Amino acid sequence: MKLEFEMDTYKSEIKPTWCPGCGDFAVLRALQTAIHALQLEPWNLLIVSGIGCSSNLPHFLSTYGFHAIHGRALPVAEGAKLANPELQVIVTGGDGDGYGIGVGHFIHAMRRNFDITYLVMNNQIYGLTTGQASPTSEKGMKTKSTPIEGVIENPVDPISLALASGATYVARAFSGDVKTMAELVKNGIQHHGFALIDCMSPCVTYNKINTYDFFRERVYDLQKEGHDSSDMKAAFAKAIEWPFVQRDRIPLGLFYRTEDVPTYEDLEPALKKGPPVRQPLGVENPDELLREFL
Amino acid sequence: MAKNDLVFRIGGAAGDGVSSTAESFAKMSARSGLHTWTYSSYQSVIRGGHVWTQIRGSLGPVLSHGVDPDVVVALNQQSMDVHQGDVVEGGAIVYDTDGTKPDPAKLRRNVRLIGIPLRKKAQTLSPNALMRNTVALGAVVKLFDIDFRHVESAFKDIWGDKKPEIVQQNIAAAKLGAEAVGQMGGSLNLGLPYSNEAKYLMTGNEAICLGALAAGVKFLAQYPMTPASSILHWMASHGPKYGVVVKQVEDELAAMNMTVGAGFAGVRAMTATSGGGFCLMVEAIGQAGMTETPLVAVLVQRSGPSTGLPTKTEQGDLNLALGAGQGDWPRAILAPRNPEECFRQAAQAFNLAEIYQTPIILISDLYLGEGYRTVEKLDFNVPIVRGMMAADGGTAKDFMRYRITESGVSPRALPGMKGFQHVAATDEHMENSELISDVLAGLPEHVEERRKMHAKRMRKLDGLRKDTPPPELWGPKNADLTLLIWGSTWGPAHEAIIQVDETEGVKVNSLEFPTIFPFHADQTEQLLRGAKQTLAVEGNYTGQFTRLLRAETGHKADRFYGKSDGEPFTWRDIADHILEAVA
Repeated sequence: MKLEFEMDTYKSEIKPTWCPGCGDFAVLRALQTAIHALQLEPWNLLIVSGIGCSSNLPHFLSTYGFHAIHGRALPVAEGAKLANPELQVIVTGGDGDGYGIGVGHFIHAMRRNFDITYLVMNNQIYGLTTGQASPTSEKGMKTKSTPIEGVIENPVDPISLALASGATYVARAFSGDVKTMAELVKNGIQHHGFALIDCMSPCVTYNKINTYDFFRERVYDLQKEGHDSSDMKAAFAKAIEWPFVQRDRIPLGLFYRTEDVPTYEDLEPALKKGPPVRQPLGVENPDELLREFL
Repeated sequence: MAKNDLVFRIGGAAGDGVSSTAESFAKMSARSGLHTWTYSSYQSVIRGGHVWTQIRGSLGPVLSHGVDPDVVVALNQQSMDVHQGDVVEGGAIVYDTDGTKPDPAKLRRNVRLIGIPLRKKAQTLSPNALMRNTVALGAVVKLFDIDFRHVESAFKDIWGDKKPEIVQQNIAAAKLGAEAVGQMGGSLNLGLPYSNEAKYLMTGNEAICLGALAAGVKFLAQYPMTPASSILHWMASHGPKYGVVVKQVEDELAAMNMTVGAGFAGVRAMTATSGGGFCLMVEAIGQAGMTETPLVAVLVQRSGPSTGLPTKTEQGDLNLALGAGQGDWPRAILAPRNPEECFRQAAQAFNLAEIYQTPIILISDLYLGEGYRTVEKLDFNVPIVRGMMAADGGTAKDFMRYRITESGVSPRALPGMKGFQHVAATDEHMENSELISDVLAGLPEHVEERRKMHAKRMRKLDGLRKDTPPPELWGPKNADLTLLIWGSTWGPAHEAIIQVDETEGVKVNSLEFPTIFPFHADQTEQLLRGAKQTLAVEGNYTGQFTRLLRAETGHKADRFYGKSDGEPFTWRDIADHILEAVA
């Protein structure tokens, strides 16, 4: 069967500006593979990002994009989704953008269970600002902003945070395995509700600890070990394994998924009339509206 | 001169039901056919403290909440202490004889003391403590000779058909109050000929909501903050019926960013807040300027700095609106003077936002936003202009979202439009939205591209200046003094001008600015040419508008009267400063 859209249909003319070897190439490839597999119409796909190396991603695809300010990609995406719920909305960004400056929006977007897919390219360092500590930097990591004792804070654990906040699809992928990542992204896009895919995406320039080899030596596939992703308790148990309990084994794959929760769009009363972007403007019977003021 | 207005003030503690009693009276006044204006003085507390509301009803157009009341209802001793001295000669004070005492030494002449055991009388009908207000309200209705049917209809509005027994109890309570006044000398005999033709009564915030609905708003994201919260409340209960998504969000960062997202996706989108919330919106509103995303932001000012006086009025956020965001980006700032203008400008703001693809700020304040005023019937038949869309003529092939044009406006495309895909970028970008910032910045041809792109955006100010309402000169052409005013100062200033003319024969006019930015410098200079002396009147300490006027025209106001004590201008405040200036 001939597909309507080729892989290249989704590519823009702009070449990625990432460092050679950057984990973000794999995430771009996985996303492109997923939307190609789903044959999504590029004009009905909106990719919103914040600021950071990874947030340049929308420019490299041929869909609609909004390259927002630092940390605010999620609310921009939520506004767009509410204005036109028929758009497929994907948010991309980094760990600083989503788990640092934007962490408040991250929690609230998940508790609302918007039908949005969120790909975080998590490299555990600030890349674009040349190597400061990130909210997911491991304890003890020496960076430009923590040169003496290293990081003395605990890292944010996005997987536990997502489970606790009401995300209905929670997964972790690794840039060293594009095929599995693409599958997780595809399923996340198809999921009816908020999907987080935390993508471990090594920074080859500024993070000399959490490298491709670091992950290759430690990762294992949750699904291959028989994890039940419909069990929230089991998901929490797997979530805290790394970085809190130990750092020898890092679970990848789908932690949790439920389809039983209605999305925000399902419940919002104004959307019962259809997408607001297609509703007529103005007030048909102003006298009726004005009566309460008389 | 025959009296042509009534002024009623009620004071008590927060939680005593002062504001709902006052609202009922304002409705009765408007339904009696009076032009009506209210001001509520309240505090940042849910129970206790001291709150009061003043309602003024007038046979002719009313311009402020007035000064001294004809009747005061004092629900506690503090209210008596604070307000008894303000009651006009021949006026009356209604109070509860259990626990409240007037001080005759502090009263003006012939002020009638109408002590009623309010609580005891109310308790004969219901255990509800708030019912004593209804007894007092009945007394006030009698003192002003207001038709009792307006009392009944007001109570039916509040409790409706669902609780007829409560409506009946309240009507009975009001009758007890009216009877008590009947036994204590009867009405004030003001002789106001009520037409009993109901007038529309609304707040400035409600008028903004109505204007937005008329213009087809489909999205409001907001975080609660006094005095803008009533926009969220009204829209939350009315919006969905008109297909408006109304979202209370986690903070003002989200409010502005969601509004940006909704505007980008193609709906008419707005947010509303006060100064503190606007501070949080600043980065994101600049984002809308850079990405050329239409939206309307309503800034209802209160007293600053910082948390300031949350329940008090000020015009101190003009600099904030003028300077919001890093770098230069094109914006318009409209400043409505009254509820009718709130309606019109809200509707117009959505057109300007979409025509020029940039944020439009509507700056109001607590006095205008929360005060109730009667208005003429609003005309919902407002023009709707949605601006240039790529699909209107252009082809997808040569579409460039940020095409450089003479007007600065580029063809716009919405997500969902086939073939017009693009990325809206907050980094500086080229016509096709490719970033200049990353690997092109500083290269000679891209230095030029940046210059051109920035100039393109800023050229929108020329169009905005043409399309926004120009300054207006109100009052006699040949005046001894010209007031320079903006926003809610309009009402008290006009009343002051009328008063000094009637009582002192002093001729004053006012130059007023429904548009603050882009500044209409040419017209302003022309209108100022005939001014003998100018007095700038605004509700802040430094003269934020006065300084803008000087920066834009070189005109230094001869005198400046800035008020930032939290209270609104009264006409008398302004009249005093006028007389001082012309003395």
